[in-house]
Amino acid sequence: MTKLKTETVTLNMGPHHPSTHGVFRLILTLDGETVVDVEPVVGYLHRNHEKIGEKNNWIQNTPFTDRLDYISPMNNEFAYVLAVEKLAEIDPPERAKYIRIIMVELNRVANHLISIGFLLNELGCFFTPMFYALRWREMIVDLYEMTCGSRMMPNYFWIGGVSADLPEGFLPECKELVSALPGFLDEMEQLITENEILQMRCKNVAILPPEVATAFGCTGPLLRASGVPYDVRRAEPYSIYDRFDFDIPIGTVGDVYDRYLVRIAEARQSVRIVDQALRDLPEGETATPKKRKFKPPEGDIYHRTEAPKGELGFYLVSDGTENPYRYRIRAPSFVNLQALPYMCRGNKIADVVVVIGSIDITMGEVDR
Amino acid sequence: MQSIQGILEFIDQIFVNLSFWFSSLLANYLPEWAVTFIMMFATVLVLIVFGLASIIWINIFERKILGRIQDRYGPNRFGPWGLLQCVADMVKLLTKEDITPSRADRLIFNLAAVVPIVPTFMILAVLPFGRGMVATDLSIGFLYIVAVGSLGTIGIFMAGWSSNNKYSILGGMRTVAQMVSYEIPMVLSVVGVILLVGSLSMVSIVEAQGQWRLPFIVLQPLAFVLYFTAAIAEVNRSPFDLPEGESEIVAGYHIEYSGIKFAMFLLAEYVNAFSICAIATTVFLGGWQGPILPSWAWFFLKAYALYFLLIWLRGTLPRLRVDQLMNFAWKTLVPLALANLMVTALVAKLVPQHSLVGAIALLAANLVIIVCIVIVKYPRWKQDKREVVLVSRPPTPQMESS
Repeated sequence: MTKLKTETVTLNMGPHHPSTHGVFRLILTLDGETVVDVEPVVGYLHRNHEKIGEKNNWIQNTPFTDRLDYISPMNNEFAYVLAVEKLAEIDPPERAKYIRIIMVELNRVANHLISIGFLLNELGCFFTPMFYALRWREMIVDLYEMTCGSRMMPNYFWIGGVSADLPEGFLPECKELVSALPGFLDEMEQLITENEILQMRCKNVAILPPEVATAFGCTGPLLRASGVPYDVRRAEPYSIYDRFDFDIPIGTVGDVYDRYLVRIAEARQSVRIVDQALRDLPEGETATPKKRKFKPPEGDIYHRTEAPKGELGFYLVSDGTENPYRYRIRAPSFVNLQALPYMCRGNKIADVVVVIGSIDITMGEVDR
Repeated sequence: MQSIQGILEFIDQIFVNLSFWFSSLLANYLPEWAVTFIMMFATVLVLIVFGLASIIWINIFERKILGRIQDRYGPNRFGPWGLLQCVADMVKLLTKEDITPSRADRLIFNLAAVVPIVPTFMILAVLPFGRGMVATDLSIGFLYIVAVGSLGTIGIFMAGWSSNNKYSILGGMRTVAQMVSYEIPMVLSVVGVILLVGSLSMVSIVEAQGQWRLPFIVLQPLAFVLYFTAAIAEVNRSPFDLPEGESEIVAGYHIEYSGIKFAMFLLAEYVNAFSICAIATTVFLGGWQGPILPSWAWFFLKAYALYFLLIWLRGTLPRLRVDQLMNFAWKTLVPLALANLMVTALVAKLVPQHSLVGAIALLAANLVIIVCIVIVKYPRWKQDKREVVLVSRPPTPQMESS
């Protein structure tokens, strides 16, 4: 048999594609169904976030951070607010700190639910796990709506506290939700984790060894699935995370399946933290007195937090005026995305979308 | 008692009698050849109208069930309980702009929309929908179904190729590879049944199940599972919906189609999905046979029950990858189908036909194969279990940053 002459095909995936989580473009070089090379093209959602952040004053930036990773807005606010508070040396009241932890960890659960739902959707589950996950995420955003009136763009955290105390009826509902969430995660795992097709599709696909993951600067569940127990909440505890008892789930192989398992385990840990925070929630003030014109002292600060997608850091430079001189974001999605070509090479086209799903990106954060 | 049986008999044979009455009516005015000719046309017309009309309830059935699986209501706006949703969809599809891409191969592109639907309706011709209710009882019925059924592949590949789109050609290539591979286990699994019957005619297959007094699913459970799995892949339904792979290649071969041409593909897919259920009903579930209810009611009851299974699978399972799909066909389904065929041939020769002993022997032989699979495969399933490691790391003391 004579050897056939073959050539590679260039396939443009995106920016309009159902599985790229927004407007994300991939230039794939294909050899049949096998991916030879991937070139990610970002920037379709670029909206000058950082420059606009410099024009906004310090307080206006808090709601603006909601637009970064719109799946987990509370975490973005938390990171920004903590950075500013560190810069201006403000210490929020104890109750506010606990409320923040509750909100942030609930948001982590919501984010991981969506991430798992989308991953399974990309595996071809035709929306069923997605709807199951969204139903529970809905209950979490209902709690947000109850507290601050908005479900996705809460603008709840203020510099020096939170905008309002928890409303009446929040605590019982939150407690009920927290006690029911592990049951849902069990149900989800029972339904899908052991599924033969899921295991075939996920196991040993897109393995990211720990050294490569650290070399790319990956953080969050992506890094932990590779077996590196790095979690900013433990490595460099901020706010009051040193008071809570929780474990860091890590994976053993570093493939898509591990990332899936790590996310579910992390959601369980977050529920644990919320449970402890609800137990210890003190009474008292929820915000320091607010100034009309907030001017932090001159200086610069970099503060990192563990957002659901990885290490979210804000680098802020203040020149003593009402506006930040520089407002720079270290977005976890953007950094984690750099590992995409490494993970996709040699796999099939169907794996590319699964890998994107397993990285868990939000384009609002990647492009800023 | 006599009268009740009479009524049942009347309902059972209502369609057969109707056609009889119609042909005798025609015979009064027309010569015999014309009557035969018109009756052929009438039968075909009835089948096509049935095929098209069944989309209306299959579609709403599927969407309602999927909705329930996914924790939502499904369509509930148009008509009582949203039952007319399909009509609204059809109107929408018909009024949509019919786009032909400028770089597409026009002739093949337009032809491809019609090709897949023709074999779909041709399959319906040999299916016995009830006692005596068969358009034409071909002596090579099953062979005809296999031959005609594979024609749809050509239409899909034509669509994939002529669209001049890389996604659609990927979809088209996947379709060809998938359909060619899955046809083999599909046919091989039914060969066991044909061995027992001794005929390829769909009517005799149903009648043979009457003689055994058991549907062939009891005698050939493994063959049923193999047939149904391969058939799902054959009609590109989830979990084998790679040719359309919504999340990967967007819509696969019909990515460039819009309006009525797109509707044609959808139509072909739905009728195809129904016809594999109907074939499985005929071959494995005893076809139209059943107590009390009229024969055609039994047939549709069984076929729609299988269709429910299809919807259920679609609502729950993830999709396979293309290499796994091929592995599954060639390394799992084909060997199993061959094993089943050999064992069935052996046992069928040894045991008496149409007897309980024979049935038990065949069932036992099938169960032995299934147990063998489990023994071989189970250790691997067990050892592959994986869990996350929970690292409890004490918090490092808060550092003072500069």
